Amino acid sequence: MSDQRTRLVAESLDAWFGSIHAVHGISLPVPEGSVVAIIGPSGCGKSTFLRCLNRMHETVPTGRVSGRVLLDGRNIYDSGVNPIAVRKHIGMVFQRPTPFPTMSIRDNVAAGLRVMDGHVSRRETDEIVESALRRAALWDEVKDRLGASALALSGGQQQRLCIARALATSPRVLLLDEPTASLDPASTQSVEQLVRELRGEVTIIIVTHNMQQAARISDRTAFFLAGDLVEVAPTEALFTSPSDPRTEAYITGRFG
Amino acid sequence: MTAGAIRTQRPSARQRAVSERARKGLGRRRAVNGVMLVVLATAAVVTVLPLVFILFHLVAKGATSLDIAFFTHMPKPVGEAGGGMANAIVGTLIVIGLAMAFGLPVGVGAGLYLAENRGAWLANSVRFLSDVLNGLPSIVMGIFAWQFLVRPVGHFSALSGGVALGAMMIPMIARTTEEMVRTVPASLREAALALGYARWRTGLTIVLRTASAGIVTGVLVSLARVAGETAPLLFTAFGNQFWSTSITQPIAALPLQIFNYAISPYDDWHRLAWAGALVLIALILVISIVARVATRARFDTGSGD
Repeated sequence: MSDQRTRLVAESLDAWFGSIHAVHGISLPVPEGSVVAIIGPSGCGKSTFLRCLNRMHETVPTGRVSGRVLLDGRNIYDSGVNPIAVRKHIGMVFQRPTPFPTMSIRDNVAAGLRVMDGHVSRRETDEIVESALRRAALWDEVKDRLGASALALSGGQQQRLCIARALATSPRVLLLDEPTASLDPASTQSVEQLVRELRGEVTIIIVTHNMQQAARISDRTAFFLAGDLVEVAPTEALFTSPSDPRTEAYITGRFG
Repeated sequence: MTAGAIRTQRPSARQRAVSERARKGLGRRRAVNGVMLVVLATAAVVTVLPLVFILFHLVAKGATSLDIAFFTHMPKPVGEAGGGMANAIVGTLIVIGLAMAFGLPVGVGAGLYLAENRGAWLANSVRFLSDVLNGLPSIVMGIFAWQFLVRPVGHFSALSGGVALGAMMIPMIARTTEEMVRTVPASLREAALALGYARWRTGLTIVLRTASAGIVTGVLVSLARVAGETAPLLFTAFGNQFWSTSITQPIAALPLQIFNYAISPYDDWHRLAWAGALVLIALILVISIVARVATRARFDTGSGD
């Protein structure tokens, strides 16, 4: 890990919903190209933490954040930083697939390009759409019907479409918020396979309910409990020899 | 088999009494059900009866006067046979076009604001007041338009008529837009924001487009409602016996022409009034049908997932 650059680092990050303190001063470095999984029981603040990393938490009316998040050394919470610009560099995929229903498959993938700085020509767009769909392992299934409605796809395909949409703008970090929670086992497998393939290329932080999933696809795993970061370690180490008794209790299924 | 064993057992007296009561109760329930069904079906038929009756009557009275000339010719002076309402048909299209140009952007904008700023005091007041405005008698709207748009200028105009009708459309469009925008899942908004869309762009390109089918329906329904309005136009567009397409001049409109002809003492004009009413209702019917078609999905691949 020491030879890897740190892509993203959260430094004593706190987050609130109104008066509810959901995330307690969490610090977490994320090495470039790695997959970091965040696990923990429902309501432990893992999704909220994730949403602080691309300044989405503050879009909730009562949401408030303090602390720093450094993306390639630059604090995204600096006063001069535009949250919209931050989100262009940090892609996000949600629990439920969110294809834009009025757009075709192609336009869905290209949706993020339309708000990028500088003009992207039609040909460039086509090339980017194809490469994003290939990287999301969806190209072969949709190449003959790029003009069809994105809603015509299955749930798993829709989720991979959303990943393609996030990848199309070449984000520096990809945030996945329980991306397989609403998918069937086969689709879950295809998304997991995709995360494994993107490893090394894209820095990925994935929140998951599913410990086996974290074990299968991540390099490092962080265990959250009641707003605290209990432990973060290389995935194998965390699951085989957790240093904190609470982590052990959780991964052995004593609560959850 | 246990089922067979149960069946061979003789039912007790109590069980027999219960099933006997159930049989009697079933008969009564069936009867009540039948009666209620007839009552409700009658109510449903009565709902559309006026439309059927009106259409039938209009066709009977007006169809004979409907010919090509009705659509292409100007009104003739009293006593001369024939003549049409070309100016009123074009006038109505111009006035409702103006009403759309004014009512659509304001109504949709207001609806988007109401939906996106739920709970804000301004949104709550605007929502309440627009409901009040929705119930405002159209003649009151006409008087106001006359006071503020006709009197200062010194003469009636198509524009003032368009503004009066547009103002009537705004609350309807705003409320439909609000309802439709609310049905757009918050997850779509989040997805757009997460892609780096600004809030205004999310509203315009993602939320409004997703809700567009419903909004189009609402706009067309409100258009159909104001297309037949007469009272506001009496004070604003005023009507015109001559050909005019100028939006700064008084302009003919179907409802006005129908009104003028119907209260006249001439049989020729009465017949034309019936024909005009038939055309007006046909226009509204067409708008309503377009509204229905517009709600269909825009992709032919189906919307299921």
